[in-house]
Amino acid sequence: MTTVANGVNVQALLDAREVLKGAPEAAQFVWRASSKWQNGVHSTSTVKEFYGLGAEQTHRNEAVFDADHPEVFAAEDNGITPIEYLLVGLASCLTAGVASVAQNRGIQLRSVEATLEGKHDIRGILGVDADVRNGFTDIKVTFNIDADASKQDIEALVAQSQKRSAVFDALTNPTDVTVEVA
Amino acid sequence: MLERGEVANSWRRERWDSFRLLTPNWQSRLPGLHYEGPDPDGYMTMGEVTEFIERFAKLSRAPVRTGTNVTSVRRTDDGYHVTTSQGEIGCRAVVVASGACNRPAVPPLSEAVPPDVEQLTPFDYREPGQLPDGGVLVVGASATGVQLAAELRRSGRPVILSVGEHVRLPRIYRGRDVLWWMDASGVWDQRYDEVDDLTRARRLPSPQLVGTPERTTLDLNALTSLGVELVGRWAAVRDGRALFSGGLRNVFALADLKLERLLDAFDEWARTRGVDAELGPPERFAPTRVPSSARLQLDLRGGEIRTIVWATGFRPDYTWLDVPVVDEKGRLRHDGGVVDSPGLYALGLPVLRRRRSTFINGIEDDAREVIGHLARHVAVRRGS
Ligand SMILES: Cc1cc2nc3c(=O)[nH]c(=O)nc-3n(C[C@H](O)[C@H](O)[C@H](O)COP(=O)(O)OP(=O)(O)OC[C@H]3O[C@@H](n4cnc5c(N)ncnc54)[C@H](O)[C@@H]3O)c2cc1C
Repeated sequence: MTTVANGVNVQALLDAREVLKGAPEAAQFVWRASSKWQNGVHSTSTVKEFYGLGAEQTHRNEAVFDADHPEVFAAEDNGITPIEYLLVGLASCLTAGVASVAQNRGIQLRSVEATLEGKHDIRGILGVDADVRNGFTDIKVTFNIDADASKQDIEALVAQSQKRSAVFDALTNPTDVTVEVA
Repeated sequence: MLERGEVANSWRRERWDSFRLLTPNWQSRLPGLHYEGPDPDGYMTMGEVTEFIERFAKLSRAPVRTGTNVTSVRRTDDGYHVTTSQGEIGCRAVVVASGACNRPAVPPLSEAVPPDVEQLTPFDYREPGQLPDGGVLVVGASATGVQLAAELRRSGRPVILSVGEHVRLPRIYRGRDVLWWMDASGVWDQRYDEVDDLTRARRLPSPQLVGTPERTTLDLNALTSLGVELVGRWAAVRDGRALFSGGLRNVFALADLKLERLLDAFDEWARTRGVDAELGPPERFAPTRVPSSARLQLDLRGGEIRTIVWATGFRPDYTWLDVPVVDEKGRLRHDGGVVDSPGLYALGLPVLRRRRSTFINGIEDDAREVIGHLARHVAVRRGS
């Protein structure tokens, strides 16, 4: 396993798994983001702090994300569409999973590329047809992976990464969401 | 030996009418008792299993005290104090052989199901006629779930099956029962201290298998062909609607990949053993068919579903065990049946000492080793 270098510290993850088995409180994380309206449908969100391992934590740098809508929506396109952030989240989560599982299984990766397509019928959000949902109709992820492994092993990597993916779960299963006015 | 009911109680009381073992007759082996009937490749009915266990009780002259419910086991200075419905017993050692499947495990979301939908567990279910007419939602696609879904569909009811992670197996592979392969190739002999992830192995759901005279496969493709509708894992109830996971494709992929790997291992074993000639040619099975658009929600108030059958597994009941050896998940803490309290032992739990421990034919080796430990424990205590 030491001969494989995908840049994932699997030992740290496995150690964490052992430690957290006996300390479920430390496993409770809170992820945070805050956003500010700019103008039109343009907003800016920032992410810096989060909570985990029983303490407040911070990212090395604050990250700033602009979200807007494209010109075909009569907007200024100062950033990607909010629903596209879901694709970004899913792609990066599954890719991180592929790398971690590959490291754990002793598979050397050379390249991992994914293309994502989320089908979306916008009649839902526009209120044209009440039977059309607001969110994605469906999402398709296609991985192109070059690695020292059989096709079967690569398929197993991708399956396992879905099985352990936070974003895959968040998109495929319902989540209780509260939105309130402070 | 204390038994709250009768010999073979779980087989008498806790199975449905059409139940048959999913292990072939020749695999129903107990120490000194092998199947000797005319159909070694068949599968015992409930009556036949009961008879088989009764025969073993007689043959082994097991000192069974039936109708004796154990209500408490407590540690004492030199052993255990056992309280039963028939009085108190003091002893040096206790073997917990109370079974791994004392209660159906039903998820908490069952409490949010609208009251006009009937809910059944496999312990309540006997046969389709007992259910109201109309649609049935079977939750869980392991052995119990696939068997009940098929039986209910054949009774003419619309059946929806909610599918989470599962173990897909063909009934017959290369002309042999797939459980013959598990046995012969050594998969079932894999020891608990050799298994990569023991917690996972012990939680592994039962395989999608049914024992029928026709020896047919009962995987999800077979159920789709019968007209059973597949949906994802049941995740939540919201406003009277059941919400299912959109991750169905991946649970299919996981099961198909695992099956392929298992068959590769079987083929490899057959080749190195030089037994290819005695077997049919290697086969590969069509991937699990993904429904063109699996439903993500189902209105439970609309009348489409009249009954929910929870085939979501079973759990042991240790409420009577007043020794702190049960973990937060309700599982006994033990190392190969040696429980975390001197003189306390367990038998009959999944992957107790090897993969075959989960099945009737796993008890022989497990019992020998665990009782060996117990005998040494008692001898040492006696010597001191
Ligand atoms: C639905 C189902 C299908 C199965 N199919 C197969 C199969 O096809 N092939 C196979 O090999 N295995 C099968 N198994 C597994 C099978 O149950 C085990 O292999 C084996 O029978 C376990 O035997 P046991 O004596 O350990 O447990 P059990 O058969 O559960 O016996 C435990 C006994 O302990 C008694 N008891 C429990 N608590 C107390 C108490 N407090 N006081 C007194 N008595 C108590 C119970 O009444 C019961 O009689 C199946 C299990 C289930 C649930």
